Amino acid sequence: MFNDRTAKFLLLAAMMICVGGAFAPNWIVNQFMFGFSRALAILGLMVLWRTGLVSFGHAFYFGLGAYAVAILDSKFGVSDVFLRLMAGAVVAGSAGFLIGFIMRNYRDIFFAMLNTAISMVLFGIVVKTESLGSTDGFAISASTIFGLAPETKYPLFVIITLVGLTAALLVNFYLKTTFGKLTTAIRDNEIRVEYLGFSVAHAIHLKYTISAILAGGAGALMAMSLGQVDPESMINWTVSGELVFVTILSGPGNVIAPFIGSLVFEILRTYAFELAPQAWQLIMGATFLTIIFFLPGGIWSLIEKLGGKKNEK
Amino acid sequence: MEAALTILLDGLQFSSYLFIVSAGLTIIFGVMKILNVAHGSFYAWGAYTAAFFIGKFSDMGLPDALGFLLIVAAAIVVGVILGFIIEQGILKHMYERDEVLIVLATFGLFLVLEDIILIAFGTDPYFAYQPMALLGPVELGGITRDVYGLTLIGVAAVVAVGCWWLLNKTKWGTLLKAVIFDREMGISMGINVPLVYTLTFIGGAILGGLGGAYIAPTISVAPGLGTEVIVLSFAVVVVGGMGSIVGAAIGSLIIGLLRAIAVHELPQVELFVVFAVMAVVLVFRPEGLFAPAKPRKI
Repeated sequence: MFNDRTAKFLLLAAMMICVGGAFAPNWIVNQFMFGFSRALAILGLMVLWRTGLVSFGHAFYFGLGAYAVAILDSKFGVSDVFLRLMAGAVVAGSAGFLIGFIMRNYRDIFFAMLNTAISMVLFGIVVKTESLGSTDGFAISASTIFGLAPETKYPLFVIITLVGLTAALLVNFYLKTTFGKLTTAIRDNEIRVEYLGFSVAHAIHLKYTISAILAGGAGALMAMSLGQVDPESMINWTVSGELVFVTILSGPGNVIAPFIGSLVFEILRTYAFELAPQAWQLIMGATFLTIIFFLPGGIWSLIEKLGGKKNEK
Repeated sequence: MEAALTILLDGLQFSSYLFIVSAGLTIIFGVMKILNVAHGSFYAWGAYTAAFFIGKFSDMGLPDALGFLLIVAAAIVVGVILGFIIEQGILKHMYERDEVLIVLATFGLFLVLEDIILIAFGTDPYFAYQPMALLGPVELGGITRDVYGLTLIGVAAVVAVGCWWLLNKTKWGTLLKAVIFDREMGISMGINVPLVYTLTFIGGAILGGLGGAYIAPTISVAPGLGTEVIVLSFAVVVVGGMGSIVGAAIGSLIIGLLRAIAVHELPQVELFVVFAVMAVVLVFRPEGLFAPAKPRKI
């Protein structure tokens, strides 16, 4: 699990980022927190993308994770960071497992659309339900770690980084198992995969559940980093679009890619917003189109080119 | 009784505007197999262009009746310009790529177009009530309705009949059906498929723009307009069957009436109902209730 180049790089990078974060100014720490929270969801979408599936509704799981944290906080006063994270991942993961029974029979646009429909159902419920915070959402109290309330954001930042590291290592390991390798195989030819004796439906179900767990975890972490949740920025279909955007931006090449892609996204968004508050979406959209046209492998393919393919394990 | 009539008319009006927008979306999907997220922007652009010029003309003291001309003109101008630029500039180069990737490209376009609206028209809302004020209210079975809203139903009917006539009674319609049925065979029979694509996309864009332009006088035209419309029209075309005009009509009626009932009787489920229906249809009839039969290709 730890003896390939990707894993070694991840461990080293995570260590450096944790140490560096202690000296970095607040806004950089924030960027990393948002970026790495989101990266968790991207990691899951990457697994689906490798299988040839694009979900235009993963804000459903992202939102479930975020709202699990919010409801635990407002109704039960749970503030422990690990409990919150677990709750987000478990709620989203169970929903993903159940919905996966239906979803595993869908491909292409129908897969994308059914996900959209389900996420918009949740959006419709949350927006119109007073006890779920309606359009205003909830503010979330600061997270505690084993009962201790940290004074700065640094401990949460370290936790997010370590969670990201763990998830990346697990997915990296998973992609090397036989089941994991079925991703690209299914994309290329489902019938052949069936002839080899594997169940495509089971494989897709598993990948879908993984992506739901990761998106739920991401939503929980994002809710904790932002300190608030609301339907517009957590569940609406534009959020799903954003997640897909970052997935394509990152590229499916390697589990490191989602982290780099998410950071680039955060930085791009911050700067675009500062440079031209009325045109940041324009800049994002144009970037997206450029990537689709000229860099189908995403940012990762650039890194591969620069490294002369040395990073291939 | 009056409440039922209100719900019925609200529902029909809502269905009508959904139908106009969704007809454009479904035509583009039927012919080109593109699920066009940027369609929401055509709608928003239509609304903004119409509202802007109606306001300008009114300020200049020109007769308000010109507003109706402006609505149609706005739809055509928006559809032709945006449709042509997008199809020729972006989509034309993507036809060989994966369907899902094209959806993503139109999402990128959606983001771009949304912001160009902000840059062009600013963030303040526009009001273009003149055409609506001109027609005034009418007493109907005990309730008062705006005549303008009722004309919306007529416009939708015209669009529906127009589409039907175009598809079934003209040479163009026959060509279009041939391309829908089998693109490659169409090419080999000498149909100018690239031209068909360009015109289809422009036609669909005009309908999207018309939906926005016609609804503009009844709403405040403000940023974020296209975001809601696009998912609603997705729901319509999914329920009716992607690529089918009849499907779009029936889908709009189902969604429009359901939503009107929800708004009046149980506002909490307004959005939920629409997308729950969409999800249920996708689960039990993924091709939609009225999807055109597809030839099996080997």
